[in-house]
Amino acid sequence: MKQKENLREAYGKELLKCAKKNNRIIALDADLCGSTMSVYTEKEIPERFFEMGIAEQNMTSTAAGLALVGKIPFVHSFAVFAAGQAYNQIRQGIALPKLNVKIIGSSGGLSDFGDGATHQSVEDISIMRAIPNMVVIVPVDAVETRKVVRAVIKYNGPVYIRITRNDLVNVTNEEDPFEIGKIFKVAEGNDITVFACGIMVSQALEARKTLLEMGISARVVNVSTIKPLDMENVKKFAKDVRGVITAEENNIIGGLGGAISEALSEELIKIKKVGINDEFGQSANCYEDLINYYGLTPETIVNAAKSLLN
Amino acid sequence: MKKKNIKELEEISKKIRCGILETMEIGKKSHLGGSMSSADLVTALYFYKMKHDPKNPDDPERDRFIFSKGHSVLTQYAALAECGYFPKSILKTTKTLGSILQGHPEIRTPGIEANTGSLGQGLSIGLGMAIGAKLDHRNYKVYVILGDGELAEGQIWEAATTASFYKLDNLIAIVDYNKLQAVGFLKKRYDLGDIRGRFAIFGWKTFEINGHDMQEILQALDSVDEVKGAPSVIIAHTTKGKGVSFAENNPAFHNAPLTKEQVERAKADICNS
Repeated sequence: MKQKENLREAYGKELLKCAKKNNRIIALDADLCGSTMSVYTEKEIPERFFEMGIAEQNMTSTAAGLALVGKIPFVHSFAVFAAGQAYNQIRQGIALPKLNVKIIGSSGGLSDFGDGATHQSVEDISIMRAIPNMVVIVPVDAVETRKVVRAVIKYNGPVYIRITRNDLVNVTNEEDPFEIGKIFKVAEGNDITVFACGIMVSQALEARKTLLEMGISARVVNVSTIKPLDMENVKKFAKDVRGVITAEENNIIGGLGGAISEALSEELIKIKKVGINDEFGQSANCYEDLINYYGLTPETIVNAAKSLLN
Repeated sequence: MKKKNIKELEEISKKIRCGILETMEIGKKSHLGGSMSSADLVTALYFYKMKHDPKNPDDPERDRFIFSKGHSVLTQYAALAECGYFPKSILKTTKTLGSILQGHPEIRTPGIEANTGSLGQGLSIGLGMAIGAKLDHRNYKVYVILGDGELAEGQIWEAATTASFYKLDNLIAIVDYNKLQAVGFLKKRYDLGDIRGRFAIFGWKTFEINGHDMQEILQALDSVDEVKGAPSVIIAHTTKGKGVSFAENNPAFHNAPLTKEQVERAKADICNS
């Protein structure tokens, strides 16, 4: 097992590192800088950090204004608020004019386990994916998070990045490539392909071990860019297998499962969607309790694979 | 652009009002009322106050104007065409398929600085630009015209708090206080109370003027330059549909189709005013 590393820590430190080199970068936060980790930028570059109060709509439109005068604003909040509270500010003010704003949906998915449904984002990927011009990225681990931060600064346009608040297993290496709009195979297989994002990539790798013992060979693909989806490689990785599984810490409606199903809708292939089954989260003592309760586990992926191949 | 005197500005505002009519295809619903009420304010900004150059629209030092009440963009189209940002001949393509003149402001139109339309967002966008000016040590100002009905949006007051907290004296809001929202009089339908008092409590320097008196408009816009350490708001009392006799103070012309006869009468009203 590779080591675990915290994604929001990795994010916050990389943002600071990049902000030191690029004075166009501005960090905005709505009273959550200690959680989103924009606090690192606040501490070292206070003149380019703005506390915007608990007012996400204003913060998001302010970022639009900053982008219109040449800045690269990073807007921080929890994913539910970043994507939900300021939806129309993103839609009209940022996505429609294709402005260079980076929206950081922190504490994404169920990762804010204690706070319950109000603070757990089960649909942020679906919402953001439906907006034209929006790029949607879910970094798989801390290593990739750092690459994502660097990549989105080079990309001129709106991006939504979902960051989990917990430690996740590093499934990628420093030398692995990352490119916006590309998906990456993390393990080879020829019976089924699992397209996964976020924590579900490591869960799929665990499932792969169990499946191998059962004589089933599973390919695991890290879909960190949900949009724009790498159609060519999705089709390629689905072509030579007998079934496809999607795995995400998001509603199975409209998220990664939705995106892959749409991409493969003209192919004769069976698809099983593993994810949150159109329900809200809830409070729990730890993240793992929620992961298990909602079936975001290697076992669910194994069962999906078995039923696909039967 | 060279500053105009009051008489010249009054003539230009007539042209802007006629330009608004140009954007309105006969029989097609258009936002006449709020466009007419803001015409004198927009005229003063583009032809007197703002530092801008249609030949160099990307000049980083230019003043910015955001029409937060985006449905009144017809006024801005007429003004931009009058300035020379695009030919007047395309005003008649407004709201037709493929036109750069959309139903609400978009930055793809030369001279438009932000996308607005869903109300309540423009002041926050202006706030971002104003912060950008401070960061870059630039002297440009950001003017945002708000609708009075729009002040019901909570985001306006988020922006008002933030602008005051960050002491953004380069951000100027102008309220087109025509007393009407889409379906009727604000006082009756959704009373916003003491608008000037509200801004004052939020830490803004406030001014109150007749938004159709060019001299008062220019004086207020110049007075704002003296304000340091706080954002300013100009509450401009206006008349919805101003200049078009049958539309004045009439909520039916917030967004209404005009007949050929009504357009002719509107033009005559404006020319005779």
